[in-house]
Amino acid sequence: MTHLLPDSAAPAAAPTVPRAAAATATASSASAATSAPSASAGAVSAGAASAARRRGRRLGPGKRLPAARLIGPLLVLAVWAIASAAGQLDPGAIPAPWTVLHTGARLWTDGTLPSDMLTSLRRAGIGFTIGLTGGVLLALASGLSRTGEALIDGTVQLNRAIPTLGLIPLLILWLGIGETFKIAIIAIVVYIPVYLNLHSALSGIDSRFVELAEVIGLRRWEFVRQVVIPGALPGFFVGLRLAVTSSWLSLVVLEQINATSGLGYMMFQAQNYGQSDVIIVGLIVYGVFGLISDTLVRLIERRVLSWRRTLGH
Amino acid sequence: MAANPGTLTAPAELAEPAVRLSGLTRSFAGRTVLDGVDLDIPAGQFTALLGHSGSGKSTLLRAVAGLDHGVAGSGELAAPERVSMVFQDSRLLPWRRVLDNVVLGLKGREARERGRAALAEVGLAGRENAWPGELSGGEAQRAALARSLVWEPELLLADEPFGALDALTRLRMHGLLRELWERHRPSVLLVTHDVDEAVVLADRVLVLERGRIGLSLTIDLPQPRSYRDPRLDTYRTRLLSALGVEETGGPEGAQPADAPDTEAPGTGAPGTDAPDTDAADTDGDDQ
Repeated sequence: MTHLLPDSAAPAAAPTVPRAAAATATASSASAATSAPSASAGAVSAGAASAARRRGRRLGPGKRLPAARLIGPLLVLAVWAIASAAGQLDPGAIPAPWTVLHTGARLWTDGTLPSDMLTSLRRAGIGFTIGLTGGVLLALASGLSRTGEALIDGTVQLNRAIPTLGLIPLLILWLGIGETFKIAIIAIVVYIPVYLNLHSALSGIDSRFVELAEVIGLRRWEFVRQVVIPGALPGFFVGLRLAVTSSWLSLVVLEQINATSGLGYMMFQAQNYGQSDVIIVGLIVYGVFGLISDTLVRLIERRVLSWRRTLGH
Repeated sequence: MAANPGTLTAPAELAEPAVRLSGLTRSFAGRTVLDGVDLDIPAGQFTALLGHSGSGKSTLLRAVAGLDHGVAGSGELAAPERVSMVFQDSRLLPWRRVLDNVVLGLKGREARERGRAALAEVGLAGRENAWPGELSGGEAQRAALARSLVWEPELLLADEPFGALDALTRLRMHGLLRELWERHRPSVLLVTHDVDEAVVLADRVLVLERGRIGLSLTIDLPQPRSYRDPRLDTYRTRLLSALGVEETGGPEGAQPADAPDTEAPGTGAPGTDAPDTDAADTDGDDQ
């Protein structure tokens, strides 16, 4: 026992020596071996310092630039403006930024743009609300009860396998070419990602928490309310964001095929008259809609899932 | 329930035990994990259960906790009404603040007050509104202890509750657990693979071996105990040899093929001839 002590003490002590000190020691002992003590004094400290820095080299991408996300789009805009001003772009194909801006202002003041926007927003809004409600209700029914799962899950998975836009002809036959069928398509497009993600989050609840709830003796409803649903919210938000994206996508398609009003119709008409500036205005409005709705969902998600910020960071 | 035929038992043993297992058998996919376990835990006793990985300690604990539905088995099991359990991970719901976690499932107007008091008792006063993700490993385990305390359990089950903590935190948690036990006096069944932890904390240490209680050792030393107390060495030696670990350092013939998850503690007892004789009150199978 006693003769073991020094041996075991030495390796135990070694790792506790601070790294920088170890580096310095190595550097100075190396310089002691060379035979120019005074001249190499500066070199020693420089060597030690660089050794210390080398160990701490940063491999991550570093600090984020201010307003980093805006730099790329602004660059594209600048190139577009310069090329237009220099006459390098065919104004019939790609009009100058100021032309687009001017057209946008004109469409806004003469009332076409606001009314088309409102029509589009209404379609998207109603379809989205119905799809979201349906998706959530179905996912709850199927995620919380085995009977519900047996009835619902297979059906939805089947529905998911059919591309929803492929249903357009059938739905037109059933519902006519008016607003109802457009809203129905958007609702279907929305409910599927909401259902899939919420259902898998509900049924994938961590079994450790199920155990905990059993030990504590939580009632079924308390378990669902305190454990299952909050635990499924991250999955729900994944589905929600997918749903927002796909609702805009289907809106664009619907309005450009079969519509007599709305943003897509405005753009379709512009195509017939060769008004590329109007088309670009429509695209920008779609983009703004998409950006705003995605930001909104993100903000809600940040609020609701505020506990998550403490985990990763 | 006439367990001790013919013997006049001490009053403490006359009292109904908090936990009684008789002939408890559990098997998974044809492999018998618990093979007729008979065990009584007197009310208020701090019991530690040692065993190799896969010896069935967790199975036994989960059976007592009633968490083993769907597991094949037989035997009788009596456990008190109010049972709390502490797991190896804190198992705090990450989406509920610490206080909400502690009072999870607790009814009544004074629930939150009790939660606060429990948190204060484990040294987490002021952290009520923290998210579990903001706690250190030790703090999270303290919160888990507080959560088990608010139920005023008659039986506290602990499944390697300190296994994931660093050594220093573990020492502090040992003190806390013992302190809480002394104040509230629940029966405790602590599953651990740490022989030191068992001998320092428990009144009685059980070794689970091939699905049965292989050894039951009463540690008859006053609390608080020091890890360096030389009187613990004889207990350690006996427990380690019951676990198939010899303390001499060299591999012994009796050692099982799969390495046990316990290590010989460094507090150097010359392991060759452990004096079994003065290991006080080894009550092999008294219950």
